[in-house]
Amino acid sequence: MEFAELIKTATVESVLLSGAGLPPVRGTLCITSHHLLLSSRPGGDGAPGTVELWLLIRNVDAVEKRVQNLGWYQPPRTNSSQRDTRFGFSRPLDSANLPGSARLRANPRGSPLTQQKRELQLLPLGHARGPRGRACRPAPRASLPCASAPTRGAADPSPASPRLAGSSGTITLRCKDLKVLQLEIPGMEECLNVASSIEALSSVDSVMMMYPFFYRPQDLRLEAGWHLFPLEQYYQQIATQTSQWRLSGVNRDFAACPTYPPAVIVPAAVDDEALRKAARFRQGGRFPVLSYYHQKNGTVMLRSSQPLTGPNRKRCREDELLLGTVLDEGERGFIIDTRSAQAAKQARMTGGGTEPKSSYPRWKRLHRPLERGRPLQESFIKLVDACNDTSLTMDRWLSRLESCRWLSHVKAALSTACLAAQCLDREEACVLVHGAEGTDTTLLVTALAQLILDPGCRTLAGFQGLLEREWIEQAGHPFHLRCARSAYSHARLKQEAPLFLLFLDCVWQLGRQFPFSLEFGERLLLTLFDNAYASSYGTFLGNNEKERCLCKVKESTHSLWAWLNQPEEKRKYLNPLYSRNALVIWPSVEPQSIQLWQGLFFRWIRSSKYLDEAWAEIQRLVENDDTSVEESAGNRRSQSLSDTAAQTENER
Amino acid sequence: MEHIRTTKVEQVKLLDRFSTSNKSLTGTLYLTATHLLFIESSQRETWILHHHIAAVEKLPLTTSGCPLVIQCKNFRIVHFVVPRERDCHDIYNSLLQLSRTAQYDELYAFSYNPKQNSSEQVKGWQLIDLAEEYKRMGVPNANWQLSDANRDYKICETYPKELYVPRTASKPIIVGSSKFRSKGRFPVLSYYHKDKEAAICRCSQPLSGFSARCLEDEHMLQAISKANPSNRFMYVMDTRPKLNAMANRAAGKGYENEDNYSNIRFQFVGIENIHVMRSSLQKLLEVSGTKGLSVNDFLSGLENSGWLRHIKAVLDAAVFLVKAIAVESASVLVHCSDGWDRTSQVCSLGALLLDSYYRTIKGFMVLIEKDWISFGHKFSDRCCQLDGDPKEISPVFTQFLESVWNLTEQFPQGFEYNEAFLLQIHEHVHSCQFGNFLGNCQKEREELKFKEKTYSLWPFLLQEQKKYQNPLYNPDFSPELTLLEPNTVSFNFKFWRNMYHQFDRSMHPRQSVLDLIMNMSEQNKQMEKDIKELEAKIKRKNSQSDAVLVKEPLQSAPPAPMALKTSPCFKKEQPLMPVNDSVRTIEGSNTADNRYSEFMEEFSKAEPAVVSLEYGMARMTC
Repeated sequence: MEFAELIKTATVESVLLSGAGLPPVRGTLCITSHHLLLSSRPGGDGAPGTVELWLLIRNVDAVEKRVQNLGWYQPPRTNSSQRDTRFGFSRPLDSANLPGSARLRANPRGSPLTQQKRELQLLPLGHARGPRGRACRPAPRASLPCASAPTRGAADPSPASPRLAGSSGTITLRCKDLKVLQLEIPGMEECLNVASSIEALSSVDSVMMMYPFFYRPQDLRLEAGWHLFPLEQYYQQIATQTSQWRLSGVNRDFAACPTYPPAVIVPAAVDDEALRKAARFRQGGRFPVLSYYHQKNGTVMLRSSQPLTGPNRKRCREDELLLGTVLDEGERGFIIDTRSAQAAKQARMTGGGTEPKSSYPRWKRLHRPLERGRPLQESFIKLVDACNDTSLTMDRWLSRLESCRWLSHVKAALSTACLAAQCLDREEACVLVHGAEGTDTTLLVTALAQLILDPGCRTLAGFQGLLEREWIEQAGHPFHLRCARSAYSHARLKQEAPLFLLFLDCVWQLGRQFPFSLEFGERLLLTLFDNAYASSYGTFLGNNEKERCLCKVKESTHSLWAWLNQPEEKRKYLNPLYSRNALVIWPSVEPQSIQLWQGLFFRWIRSSKYLDEAWAEIQRLVENDDTSVEESAGNRRSQSLSDTAAQTENER
Repeated sequence: MEHIRTTKVEQVKLLDRFSTSNKSLTGTLYLTATHLLFIESSQRETWILHHHIAAVEKLPLTTSGCPLVIQCKNFRIVHFVVPRERDCHDIYNSLLQLSRTAQYDELYAFSYNPKQNSSEQVKGWQLIDLAEEYKRMGVPNANWQLSDANRDYKICETYPKELYVPRTASKPIIVGSSKFRSKGRFPVLSYYHKDKEAAICRCSQPLSGFSARCLEDEHMLQAISKANPSNRFMYVMDTRPKLNAMANRAAGKGYENEDNYSNIRFQFVGIENIHVMRSSLQKLLEVSGTKGLSVNDFLSGLENSGWLRHIKAVLDAAVFLVKAIAVESASVLVHCSDGWDRTSQVCSLGALLLDSYYRTIKGFMVLIEKDWISFGHKFSDRCCQLDGDPKEISPVFTQFLESVWNLTEQFPQGFEYNEAFLLQIHEHVHSCQFGNFLGNCQKEREELKFKEKTYSLWPFLLQEQKKYQNPLYNPDFSPELTLLEPNTVSFNFKFWRNMYHQFDRSMHPRQSVLDLIMNMSEQNKQMEKDIKELEAKIKRKNSQSDAVLVKEPLQSAPPAPMALKTSPCFKKEQPLMPVNDSVRTIEGSNTADNRYSEFMEEFSKAEPAVVSLEYGMARMTC
């Protein structure tokens, strides 16, 4: 496949770009295989302008187009349309001579005629290509909305003149990072071409065609950042504490479990053959593996997928043995199932199920239903929808916030993670977490629990390691499927679900409640959200390690971490208030304590100027504090120098 | 003291308000003349002022004792279990008596003695001088003058003596206008905008009924609009919903008829009355006080209470007023029914948005003195200082503070004061510890000689103003225009957790950025001082030891690191850094504080198989 085939129109002149909180800019629009560029021409024609927009096409979630065909009719310049002239209306004046405008003039207060316009709204792609005649039918249209009036001076030649007279179109780009942009394109055909090109390019689904495979920044090395957090290193830490665990290569060729990495940490007492058998008893082969070792008391958190007990209550000796060896004599463990007891029971009908008490007598099951899949995606869509409607009354806003249930999901995820953490830290018991596939809510719980318990995970590097272990490399969260579409897409939902976003939201809540305990700030979480959905880096590509190996992601793309960890980049993501806190951070999960993540959901909607300035001030104060500490320390040094000098003098 | 029968009860349990598992602290309950005091076995004290008690309730006897629930006006709710019913009954009766005061001179303010001498007391009361404040605004001037019409409170009992009116408004006009206004509250100046020459004026509703007119009142409004040379048009804002205003016409009151007044633009803004606000707050407190609340119940309860809708309405009205002044340079006359509740809210918030002075600590005190205290917001009735009509109670002032808090959230650098300042003021509006908020109007305060018998709150707040300073405050915030333009889109309004759950510690963030920054700037100042001292010392020593240093520079240098470690300056540094520790102690909070732990307990109760779990819980709670 060639990208060029998908691009119908590569450049369009005089396109007006607008978006919430941005002054509209006019410039040349360029479509490349992966980017949408708009460069303005502030110095008039020909002068090289600044690039105003550099949008990764993969970031486009939905394209909406509206075509206005002005045909034979041009807007008149009556007194009532002086507002338009103020904006530098550049349409030819001769239109006033047309019969339509004469009729209009007779009715100065705006006749129903002015309302007549033919619009193609939200036309699906297929339609746009096919019966274009529908769109082209000439129809009178009197007044353009002010925003659509060109801002160029009247001296400029009319951009529309060589084209089909007066037709234009608006493309609304709704991005995966929740940004909304509008492009006003002169010329209906160009507009439709641009829209369909963007749609075609943004729905290219092949991993190998993604931008990270083409992106070659000069100051980064291709291999940097890829092997920062090897599991071996994590295992070494555990091995210094206990010999009960070993690093197994049973999955070296992804045979036992396609979504696990080649190396996993398992009980030392269980051999690879038993692991293979246990894998066959777990959905997708995800047999229980170690996710976290709690150094304080030596308890562990394991994760897996559901056991395939099925309707006949099948058992697997190796699986029982594996879980049995985790517990010492007389110890009890907890299984946290992220489905309701009902759902877990029902799963038996389709071959899944849960660990029956009779076969796992020392494990106590706790059910904590967490939403995932389509309901979670719909919750996300509803929330974003409500956030984008700034005209809502207070009552409507609160009721829509309630009905989307997003904050309930945040609370549920945090409480379940706290429960897991509590079992480990307070009950001193081992925990196994699983839902159905073990790639979604399971990871949400295990990752959050570690953040709560382990101060090591709360540093910037530690958090990256946690993401690699519990989401990306070791855990196999299917990012490619889950983050294929964001909240705006009209496409039929397939496997999309914002679990990773829910995780980031929970981390943000922790950061709000413990503002000094996370080494990274909100900005990192936003960047991770953006990159999970559309990225120049290969980190979030593919669904699991096996896919990434097949596509040679690590060999042919750059790692996000390499970019983030450059000193000048890194600075932006650090929390200036951080000071290491060795304690467990137990968050409050009362509804009064859980807040909507405004920085994400309102990022493009409201101006955060004053909040940003305040944050900058905090940063300044903290840095000042540091320097003054240094200064005074420096002073002390010089003073002690002279002190000793004085002493020596006295001694004499 | 005659109401106190039992002064001390031992073995009283204090239940956790949100715990579903009757978790409790045991201690001793003391009853004093002014306070209810609970001392835990760990010596932690909880003081509750009798005046803060809004309601006492005795619940049915349980096996562990007699439960006593006390609700406070500062939204503290305590749940005691007294072992013997007799004691509980005694305390209950005493509290009922003590929390309901019949006369002003029984209030705490009259017995409170902060060890100030009388000249300090007088100086304290003189701290806020409203004449000075009007001078700051720029009145009197060519268009506005001080009127002595209300010198003896003859024209209007609930207004202050000093009133500013348009120069062209003669005394007969004032008198005539006041007769046409409810409670005689005729239009007077509340805030004068120097640059725009526009004024915020306030009054009560006209007694227009269905058709009555009053020429003097019409002249009065004309005088106000003429006092503004930049815009002849003036706005008249009726802050009530239109329906309420129309209903008032049947009672001979109502609103201005646009046809009778020249050059006015009339506008309703729809803030609900005190009764709606009271029941709204009641609903809000019911929701937020629910045990085991789910997110959805919380949000739907928040919606049903309408509380945030009301806050938004108040702020929207203020924004409307500010636009009229800042954009159109038009004067605005604000009224509601009596002109002391909604009118005070809108006028004071409008002035706060227009004038950065009111965003300083001192300025905020002035604002409250001017628009609330002097113009006769009925603090005594609204806050139920004396035992009175429960229908007069309404959280109007609380709404004002909450609106200000919402603004501080939107403009973190725009205010000199912080949330603690607002909370402290709210505390003292109800505490009756200082004289400022006692009574309903200035006349009453003068008659009862509050200024001689009680103390003013403001000097005390100023004394500890360090606590109330916003470390991020930037006085040059948006210097080109001191105007604040808040965004009143619905999602910007949040539930004020620190107000309604001020005393529910488990709900708050475990680490406070504000505290840290405050301590940091404090440390910075201290260190700068240290540096100066040290530098001075160096200079002195250097002048002594110059000769030695020159002689043997190499010899004296190496021992420096050693000296660094043991240097007395470093020891001195330690007490400067107590900040982090104090914060840290809170944050390693017990899991039992949070309800997720209790989910597990419920579960284990349902299945007695895991007894060990319950032991675990027990261990945790101790």
